[in-house]
Formats: sequence, structure tokens, C-alpha cells
Amino acid sequence: MEDKNRSLLNIIDLKKSFGDNLVLDGISFSLDTGENKVIIGPSGTGKSTVLNCVNRLVVPDGGEIWLEDTEIISCNNINEIRQEIGYVFQGFGLFHHLTALRNVMLGLIRVKKVPKKEAKEQAIAKLEQVGLLDVLDSYPAQLSGGQKQRVAIARALAMEPKLMLFDEPTSALDPELIGEVLNVMKNLAREGMTMLVVTHEMGFARAVSDEIIFMEKGKIVEKSSPEKMFKQPENPRTREFLFKLDELYGKGGEE
Amino acid sequence: MLEVLTEFMIIDIFVRNFGRFMSGLRFTITLTLVVMFLGTILGVILALGRSYGIKPISWFCTAYIEIIRGTPMLAQLFILYFALPAYGIRLSAVAVAYLGFTLNCAAYQAEYTRVSIESVGADQYKSAYSLGMKRWQTILFIVLPQAVRWSIPAWTNEFIYILKYTSLAYIIGAPDLMTQGKFIASRNYQFFRVYLIAAIIYLIIVLLSTWIIDKIEKKFKIPGFG
Ligand SMILES: Nc1ncnc2c1ncn2[C@@H]1O[C@H](COP(=O)(O)OP(=O)(O)OP(=O)(O)O)[C@@H](O)[C@H]1O
Ligand SMILES: [Mg+2]
Repeated sequence: MEDKNRSLLNIIDLKKSFGDNLVLDGISFSLDTGENKVIIGPSGTGKSTVLNCVNRLVVPDGGEIWLEDTEIISCNNINEIRQEIGYVFQGFGLFHHLTALRNVMLGLIRVKKVPKKEAKEQAIAKLEQVGLLDVLDSYPAQLSGGQKQRVAIARALAMEPKLMLFDEPTSALDPELIGEVLNVMKNLAREGMTMLVVTHEMGFARAVSDEIIFMEKGKIVEKSSPEKMFKQPENPRTREFLFKLDELYGKGGEE
Repeated sequence: MLEVLTEFMIIDIFVRNFGRFMSGLRFTITLTLVVMFLGTILGVILALGRSYGIKPISWFCTAYIEIIRGTPMLAQLFILYFALPAYGIRLSAVAVAYLGFTLNCAAYQAEYTRVSIESVGADQYKSAYSLGMKRWQTILFIVLPQAVRWSIPAWTNEFIYILKYTSLAYIIGAPDLMTQGKFIASRNYQFFRVYLIAAIIYLIIVLLSTWIIDKIEKKFKIPGFG
């Protein structure tokens, strides 16, 4: 087990039930600064619940989650902790009444209390980073899915988080729009952002992840480097699942 | 020939009683504007109470909204005007008009606002919270601005409805357009023509306000809303 003071994120024996439904049955793993880990697994396995627990949108029943020196489940400054953790998910969650620029500025102004002028400059810089300088004044309804997701990424990045969580960020997108979002994520990973990504885009996992975590029924079945995971998975369940993924999404070996 | 005469008489009646018609109209418009203003604020507060309040507050707001919406406005005006004095609360007809219509309008506004609040999806709360926003910030900066925009069509209907239904004020004798019309007719016995004039005035201000609201709505239109 890693030293909890060395890892950026350390999850220890995480447990969660919804009623009688045991969703997380003792999940443990950690992320060092700059690491990129991908979680895969069948639907309903608890992948989203893990991410939701990390920023305490869902309160776990047991276990510990450490972000550096802070234990998230028991801390009393959750709003400060959440600023350190960017969260991007399938449904984008853009604020419909605000332009792309305003979406990114809102957290800076209301949460970080950054003066408006600076907030605008910072927001523009983040939107530039995700290649969206041309849609600053567009409303979400006027953007494509890929653009929406990139606004969501810029909005999360604007808070200068230490860790980025991605929950199936490309699952709601038309196939031709997936690439632009994955490219932004790959660049982010190469620039050294610490990332925990739930995705079935194996091309992405292969290109940038340090470890793939295979979860099933609330447990981690296997975790290993992408090379090992694809070439010689230990558990027969992993092999079966990866085989199914291949059928659904293709080999994903391309870069 | 007869039609021309009738039209002439209508104009004649209107001109002769211009001051009264205008004072009635002024009262009706002021009443409508004040009722809509206070009713909207109270309505939003009731909707927030119902959607986000702790249980007793939520129950109270729900009960208020359902009772008001479930009883005739006429009965509400009668209770305020005729029944309250029995408990020592004596309000003037004008006060009852302002109070009664505001309390009624608030309940309807609350219901429209609540539906609009609920149309803001869970994803937006999720992203707001994950940015570190507090609950009240999320409600104030994200939910309410959208709820207000979704409510605009219902609000417009309510405005037109209140504009016309303030005419119920004549039953308790508040000096609105209808009451003035009744007063004029009781002196010249031209009931049909006087009420026709009143109806035409209502129609004109309804069309005019619909047009103005429409202009304002277009000016503030945001892609993706309505
Ligand atoms: N808020 C909730 N209340 C009740 N049950 C929930 C809640 N959130 C998730 N669940 C249940 O927990 C289980 C795991 O859900 P979760 O969303 O974490 O799975 P997942 O691995 O992300 O699946 P998918 O690949 O479909 O996104 C599911 O059975 C789901 O129905
Ligand atoms: Mg999920």
C-alpha cells in the first residue's frame, strides 16, 4: 500500500450501498501526481459512484479518500476540496443560460472570488487551450456535443484543479466528435495533469494511461499497465470484458 | 343609418365620461402592475420554499398554493372583504383588491416557477457543486435565472389574466374600470354600450401589453429557452 502522504489521491477500502444494493465493495487504489488511470467495467458496476464519492457528491458508507493531507469523507471544507477536483461527465452539465465564456467565468467569480476582468482573461485562456476561441459568446444550445464537452473541460480547468475526474466524457457524443474531446484530454495528460478517467475508449487508455483498473460488481478485479492488460490479462473476466469491448468499440490500438 | 347612430352614441358616451373611464383604467392598470410585481416576488419565494425548504416550510408553501388554486378568486375576495371584519380586521375595498389579487396571483406564479425550477436538470447541480458552489449559490445563480426564463410564457398569460380579472374588484366596489362603467351606466341606462366601451378598452390594453411583453421577451431571448 502506498504511503498516503505521497499520493495525490488515495482511496482506501471504499464502500457504498444504495439501500440493499451494494455498489462499492471495498475499492482501493491511489494516484500519484501526474498519473493517469482509466477505470473500465460493465454497466452498473459502480464506476460513476467511485468518482462521485471522490468529490463527495455521493457520501460513502465506509473507507477513506485522501486528497493529499485531507480526508474527503470527513472533512468540513468540502467546497474548498471540490475546487481542487475538476469533474467532467457524460451529460456536460453546462449552464444553459450562460455563454461558453460565462460558463467558464462563473466558478472563478462566485467561488474563487476572482475580479471579473481577471476571470474573463483566465476563462479565455482556458477556452483557447481547448480550441474554442471562436465560440466564446455562443450559448450551450448553439454548440455541438464536442464543443459542449470542451467548454465543460475548460470550466473545470479554470479552477486550477490538482486532479481531473472524467466520467465517460465521450459517451454522449456522435462518433465524429469524440476525437476532438479525446485530443484535449490527451494533451492535458501529456502536460502532466493528474487524471482519473472512466472510459471505454481503449485508444485513449493505451496512449496515455499509466494503469487500467477493471471493476466489476463493486470490486476491482484487476489493475495493471495497459500493455499487460491488453496482452495478458490475468483474470478470465477481464479477458472476456476486453473481448466484448473490442467487438463494441474496435481494437482501439490506433493513436 | 341606425349603425352609424349607434357608433356615434358609443363615441358620445365615451367622450362624455372620458374622465371616469380613464380613472377606472388607471386603477385597473396600477392594480395589475402592482399585483404582478408583488405576486411574482411572493410566488418565487413560495416556489423556493416548496422546492428547497425544510419540511414544515415546504408543507406550508404547498398548502398555501393548493388552497388558493383550489378555491374561486371571488370567494377569496369575499372572505377578505366580508368575513374578516367579523374578526376585527376591516380593510377598504381598495386594500382588499390589492391584497386579494396579490395573494391569488402569488399562488399561480409559485406553481409556474416550481415547474420551471424542476426543469433545470440534475447535471447542472452536479457541475455547480463540483465547482465548489454552495447550494444557495447554485439556486441563485443557476437555477433561478433559468426558471425565470422558462416561466415567461406562463407569466405573460398570468398578466393578461390578472388584467381582465381585476374586473372582479367591482363586486366589492373598488374603483376599477368595471366599477366606473357600472357607475356610468347606472346614470345613463346605456348598459350595453357602456360595457361595450369597457370591453373595447380591455381589449386594447390586452393587445397592447401582449405586444410590449413580446418585444421585451424577444430582446432578452437566449438560444435554448422556449
Ligand atoms: N443515487 C443513486 N440512488 C440509487 N441507486 C444508485 C444511485 N446511483 C447509482 N445507483 C446504482 O448503483 C449502481 C452503480 O451505478 P454506477 O452509476 O456507479 O455504475 P456505472 O459503473 O457508472 O455504470 P454505467 O457504465 O452504466 O455508467 C447501479 O445499480 C445504479 O442503479
Ligand atoms: Mg457511469
